[in-house]
This record gives sequence, C-alpha cells and structure tokens, in this order.
Amino acid sequence: MEEEKPRDWLDHELIPLSALEHFSYCPRQAALIHLEAVWEENVFTLRGRYVHEAADLPGEELQDGVRVERALPLYSRRLGLVGKADIVEFHGEIPYPVDYKHGPRRRREHDDLQLCGQAVCLEEMTGVPVPKGAIYHASSRRRREVEFDVPLRRRLEEAVAELRRLLGQTRLPPAVADERCRHCSLAAACLPEVTRPSPRLTRYLTRLWQPSEEP
Amino acid sequence: MKTLLNTLYVQTQGALLRLDHDTLKVEVEGRPRLQVPLHHLGSLVLFGEVCVTPALLARCAADGRTVAWLSLHGRFQARVEGPVSGNVLLRRAQHEALDDPHRPREIARHLVAGKLRNLRTVLLRGAREAEGPEAAAPLSQAARHLAELLRELPQASHLEEIRGLEGDASRRYFAAFPHLLLGEGEVFTFRGRNRRPPLDPVNALLSFLYTLLLHDCVGALEGVGLDPQVGFLHALRPGRPALGLDLMEELRPILGDRLALTLLNRRQLTEKDFDRRPGGAVLLNEAGRKKVLVAYQERKQQEITHPFLEQKLPLGLVPHLQARLLARHLRGELSAYPPYLHH
Repeated sequence: MEEEKPRDWLDHELIPLSALEHFSYCPRQAALIHLEAVWEENVFTLRGRYVHEAADLPGEELQDGVRVERALPLYSRRLGLVGKADIVEFHGEIPYPVDYKHGPRRRREHDDLQLCGQAVCLEEMTGVPVPKGAIYHASSRRRREVEFDVPLRRRLEEAVAELRRLLGQTRLPPAVADERCRHCSLAAACLPEVTRPSPRLTRYLTRLWQPSEEP
Repeated sequence: MKTLLNTLYVQTQGALLRLDHDTLKVEVEGRPRLQVPLHHLGSLVLFGEVCVTPALLARCAADGRTVAWLSLHGRFQARVEGPVSGNVLLRRAQHEALDDPHRPREIARHLVAGKLRNLRTVLLRGAREAEGPEAAAPLSQAARHLAELLRELPQASHLEEIRGLEGDASRRYFAAFPHLLLGEGEVFTFRGRNRRPPLDPVNALLSFLYTLLLHDCVGALEGVGLDPQVGFLHALRPGRPALGLDLMEELRPILGDRLALTLLNRRQLTEKDFDRRPGGAVLLNEAGRKKVLVAYQERKQQEITHPFLEQKLPLGLVPHLQARLLARHLRGELSAYPPYLHH
C-alpha cells in the first residue's frame, strides 16, 4: 500500500492515469508505451487522440443546469497520479467523471480502473466524495455507470504500486503471449511470439551456418 | 503489422512542398503539380533544391515522418526529425553492448552471416539463369567460396577476423559480378566495385541504390529508437551512420544488387540514363534516377515471407523488422540477432 500522506513526487514517479488502463490490459504494453517510448505503430491512435484533444478544448459550460468541465487536469498527491478527465459533470457539488472511449470495446475492468483513478483525483482535489462515474462509448452512444466501491479502490491502489515498481525498473516484463496480443496495437513492436522462450531462435541460428547445396 | 508507407522522392529543382490540411501539395513555378494525403507517406526524400514550408516540416516532425535532403547525385545532406524519437534505455543498452568484450563480435558475426547467405543467393540465382554451363561455372564457383567463408565464420575469434571474412566475400562476389550481367554486346561492363566517384554505369547504379537503402535503414533504426551512428561491424567514425551501414549489409544483395541486375539485364536502363563527366566519373541523370526510384519503390512492395518471424510482409518493411529484432536483442530479449535470409 502507498503511504497515505501527500508527498512531492519526482516527475518520473508520477503515474499517468492513461498508463493504468494499459497496465491493467497488459503490463508489457504499459512498459512499452511508458518505458520504451514505443509510439510509431500507434501513430494513428495518437493522431486520433490529438483530434480528440483538439475537439475537447479546456472549458466550462452549463448543460441542463449541470456544470460541465472539459479536459480538466487531474492529480492525486497521495497516490502520485496525473492526467486529464474528458468530462467532469458537477451534480451539485459532487463531481461525476465521464470517460470517452472511441476505440473497440475493451474488457470493463481496464476502463473502470482508469475511471476510478480519476475519481480518486477528484476527491482529493475537491474534498468531496465521488461515488460514481460513467464510461461513454462513442460507437454505441451509451453510458455505462461505474460505482467506485471498496474492491475497485483497493485494486486501483495495488495497480498504482505495481505500475510504479514496473516503471521504476528499466527492464520490460515478458510478453503475455496470449489472446490479448491478437487485439493489441503494439504487437508488432512487442514481438510476443519471438521474445517468448522457444526453440525457434536456436533452430534458426543453427541453420544460419548451413548454406543450401549448389544446384 | 506496421504498414509500409510510401516514400515521396522529389527531384524537380525549385519545387515547393506545402501543407494543405492533411495533404502535401507540390508546386513547381507556382503551379500545383501533385497532391498526396499525408497519411500515405512514411518519409520524404528530396534531391537538391527542393523547398518545404515550415508548417509542413512541423507536421512531419510531429507525425514522426522523416524528411531528408540528398544532393542531386544522392549524397546525404540533412535530415529533420521530430521530438518523439529514440528511447534512452535502448540507446544505453546499445552503448553498453559496444563496450562489452564479446557482444560486438557476436552481432557482427550474425550480420555478416546474413550478408554472405544473401550474396550467395544472388550468385546461385544468376547461375541458374545463366546462358549455358560455361557462363554458370564462375558463379557456382564463387558461391562455393562464399559457402566456405560462411563455414569459417563461427570459428572467427576476433571482430577483425569477421571483418576480414566479410572483405574476402565481397571481393569474391564482385569478381563474379560481371557474369551476372547478361547480353552479348557488353552494353555495360563492370571491372570491380568503385565509388566516389563511380567510374562506370554499373557502379553509378549500385552507389545510388545503396544510398536509397541506407536512407531506409537509418530511418528504420531511428524509428525503433536505435542510434544509427553506433554500429558493431562498422567502426565508429564521426558522422558515419555505422549501425545504418551494419543493417544494410544483409540487405544490399536483395534491395541493391538484385534490383540493379534486373534494371540492367532487362535493358530498362540504357547509356542515355547516365552522364559521363570529363575525367571518367559516371552518374545517373534525372531520367535515370527516376527509373531507379520507381523500380526501388516497386521492389519494396514485393511480398516476402520473413524466415524468422514466419510472417508475410512487403520487402520494404524488412529494414524496420530487422531494426526491431536488433533492438530486442540489445534489450536482452533475444539471445542473438537473427539476420534476414532471402529466398
């Protein structure tokens, strides 16, 4: 568990909220993005994000009597988290984070963890408890409400601690090499199938010194 | 899989390239000549006096699209890169590998093995396609020599020995190279490799293709975050892209030599495509360069099956994949570097 008191984190100790989702999906994916600075394969994803960010210029507005903050910078000194919320609605004094998902649907837990991280930041920033938030799926135009219960909060704290340990080292964790890789945009950079221990390399290198026969 | 994006080569002198929303616009003397969506382009290679607006340059830098200027005859002049390039941990591993007493030798051994295998593939193909056994004999013989050198490679105990074997192999190969050129009339003759300046059309063509290939190799290395100047087989020299040259070795036979032979043997290039300068230098002219650039782009689209990854991909992506495999080796995730072997 992290210590409870707020502290001054060094820049490299701060965890980007977006890394939580990556980490929850695959620790190696998080390390590739946040440690190895792999980005090239993901250039289209990134460009999508730029477009998204440009559309969500920081600002405040009223919608049906609800104050809405767009692109709100978030932080938690207690956990050492930083990031940005797509949308925070204020239901009275109570913040209600809404995260936009553009890409293909992922398993819920990854989205929920990141949203819970936003909630924890908002609680610390406003001093008001944040019990709920929502994931907005752009493809289906639906909101799914997420409750920040104790188990989710505990998983968040564990994930933050593990992620900090991972990003504090300089080595990549091994590839998971399972079903996740098929849907991963970083598979080409990760090379899960060749970095997994297998006789493939030995076989290939043995053959290297044995040229084929002449015709 | 990463997609193979096009390289835009511009050699029209005085052309102006500008950004127009998400497209690149080429203007010559104020008139629009070409408009390409930016997302189709992986890099820009500009020959001589070609201008790029600051807005386009900034956009290319932001997207990780390299922009390079070469002289009219292909000498590298300048390159612009964006901020999101390189991985300090990988570069550190690269530098540490260089200081290791054994690793440079082992990486060089695998790079040279890849080169020897691919040179041999070119020779054997030439022998198969030769006009009669007499023409095939010197090629088969050179291939046998290369096989012998390849078998010596695992025993070489010093980097210098490996460099020596590579030098021997190159000499044997280029001695046999004239026999790969078909045709009675000896349209193009080749008496060994020369450069700076090239003294015959074959050498001019090889030099130009190697320049294009080096640009792609350096771009591939930068793309995965490696330092193109820190090489293992090639010694470090100020300004020399030693790792770019390392990576290029195994690919020269396939993306350079084999393509040169096709262009010459099919008579796609003729004497008219070359300029002869007083004193003997021979260079491709604008029409010749254009033919070579088109052929090079087409060659890169050709689909191959990568022998190690066992995946289908366009040949043009091979430099990128090999750079990635080298990066994985340097980061300790692959116990050795597996070179690309062409079939």
